[in-house]
Amino acid sequence: MEALDILVTTSFWVAAIRIASPLIFATLGELICERAGVLNLGIEGIMTVGAFAGWFTVYSGGDLWTGVFVAAFAGAAFGLLHATLTVPLGLSQHVVGIGITLLATSLTYFTYRLALPQVTSPPKIEPFQPLPIPGLSQIPVIGEAMFSQTPLTYLAFVSVAVVAWVLYRTPLGLAVRAAGENPSAVEAQGISVTAVRMGAVMAGSALMAIGGAFLTMSAFNSFFFQMVNGRGWIAIALVVFGSWRPGKALIGAILFAAFDAYQIRLQQLAGGVLPYQVFLMLPYVLSILALVLVARRATYPKALMIPYQKGER
Amino acid sequence: MRLEPKPAPSLGVLLLYPLGAIAATLVFVSLLVLAAGASPFSVIWLVAKGAAGSQFAALETLTRATPLIFTGLAVAVAFRAKLWNIGAEAQLYVGGIVTVVLGTGALPLPQPVLLPVIAIAAMAAGALLLLGPALLKTRFGVDEVVTTLLLNFVVLLFVAMLLEGALKDPMGLGWPQSSKVVADAQLPRIVTGKRLHYGFVLALAAAFAIWVVMKKTVLGYEMRAVGHNPEAARFAGIPVDPVLMKTALLSGGLAALAGFSEVAGLKGNLTLDLSPGYGYSGIVVAMLAMLNPLGVVAAAIFVAGIFVGADAMSRSAGVPSYIADVVVATALLTMVTAILLSRFRVRWR
Repeated sequence: MEALDILVTTSFWVAAIRIASPLIFATLGELICERAGVLNLGIEGIMTVGAFAGWFTVYSGGDLWTGVFVAAFAGAAFGLLHATLTVPLGLSQHVVGIGITLLATSLTYFTYRLALPQVTSPPKIEPFQPLPIPGLSQIPVIGEAMFSQTPLTYLAFVSVAVVAWVLYRTPLGLAVRAAGENPSAVEAQGISVTAVRMGAVMAGSALMAIGGAFLTMSAFNSFFFQMVNGRGWIAIALVVFGSWRPGKALIGAILFAAFDAYQIRLQQLAGGVLPYQVFLMLPYVLSILALVLVARRATYPKALMIPYQKGER
Repeated sequence: MRLEPKPAPSLGVLLLYPLGAIAATLVFVSLLVLAAGASPFSVIWLVAKGAAGSQFAALETLTRATPLIFTGLAVAVAFRAKLWNIGAEAQLYVGGIVTVVLGTGALPLPQPVLLPVIAIAAMAAGALLLLGPALLKTRFGVDEVVTTLLLNFVVLLFVAMLLEGALKDPMGLGWPQSSKVVADAQLPRIVTGKRLHYGFVLALAAAFAIWVVMKKTVLGYEMRAVGHNPEAARFAGIPVDPVLMKTALLSGGLAALAGFSEVAGLKGNLTLDLSPGYGYSGIVVAMLAMLNPLGVVAAAIFVAGIFVGADAMSRSAGVPSYIADVVVATALLTMVTAILLSRFRVRWR
């Protein structure tokens, strides 16, 4: 039962948590946007921007945390563009989102080529290193998997707690959730739905960009074209799978990542029996199946994708 | 701020808005060109010359426009019924797969029969591929945006698998490519010695046919009604789910024709770079055309011109050719904004 032995190895769980990290950031980011009533299909492009911005900052001499900050800022900037078009102007969130993804991706590739015209192999940076937490990282398997990761992974887990706390325990969180469920109630409280939604989209986009930056600054050490590779779309599926709750989304992301880590190991084990592409397809197919499974009981935020105009019902 | 509907402006005023969008796009892209250390005026001139400055350039632009017309039509049809098909890329590749499978000698038919058979089979495959997400949408309420997007990745991996396995070209020296289709499965060239092929004529015919369907048939009316307000459409007795199914079949079939036309008319075989994102560019084409099937032709030629012109410009001016993708994406965002502003007035407070 070699295939099952994989599941009890420490390296498997270390990899699963590592693969989950960018998805946690991205899923949280999308969750915040959708909770406020805005579907952000710019996610794939915003992650690409974050991956490039973070990596390029470090490549140009900045330190790692500056890179994370620049990535978040770049993400928020595209979030602002998305929010301006979809919230006060009320344009189609589908069309604008795809437009943002196309724009963010092409601007990134353009900038990359401009900054590094002649490179054949992408230059490397010194990425975040694992930072074992004393004591906790000594616990067998789970301790090693959870507590000998890079600082960005810890940040991902902390973000889940922070977002959950803000959404459910603060007036701000109540306003965000209400903006996605019943915006006129928010307006009745004297709070601007437009401001809440735009802020949520910018904050969410910043998180997505950090998820992208994780790829170039923690998981790998350089920037490749197409490196986001559908992770943004998977995050959108994970938001539905996690029924718009940060905790459930976290579990979904870890389950998904465990599956992804598992298929990579199965590829090595079953090499030659099945083409490797079959294994690479599995995560995408799994996302679709997960959507079908939860679809019947999925309760979307009621005002998701519905533009709000003051004084209208 | 709030939006107030405007009285319908005159045609002259209405045309000012798209022009404004084009101007805004040009200004933004000029800034990028300046950042690249080139002169915007010479770059714009080089792009225009590269897209339409010679017979070769113009024919190349029309060649590049051909798949964009098909994917643009696919998106226009789907979006009209608010079926968010973001999977034209996958449907295109499925069309390409069918063309190669049937066109490499599997069917011993004469050309006048073989080509239509392959085209119809390709359409059927693309239609079926979109039928899945459409059924998931109507039966289970699964959002089709995510499923069609994810299928793009699945299908591309499937193509990679075929090109290293069942469809691998034995003479390909290990390159991931299929064998060439036989001569009878190739669309003839329109001008001998040039790359423009009869796929372009097929694309024009498709655009006209879709225009007729949308404007003159009950189905077209139903699709518009479903897209406008599904609840009202249902209340008015329009069978919403069957209309969405028909829309999906039509849209998927059109996108698959792009793959058929690229393989049978231009490339001759299937590779992993058959489409440099024609499925996604099709969304821009459809939106620039305001979902009008005849407008799709003009928008596709415009977008193709940007790509072809930017390739030529990039070689001589040293500005990365990714600028073309930036132009196209910016044009999409400025155009949807312009269309909105032509209909609504922004009131501050």
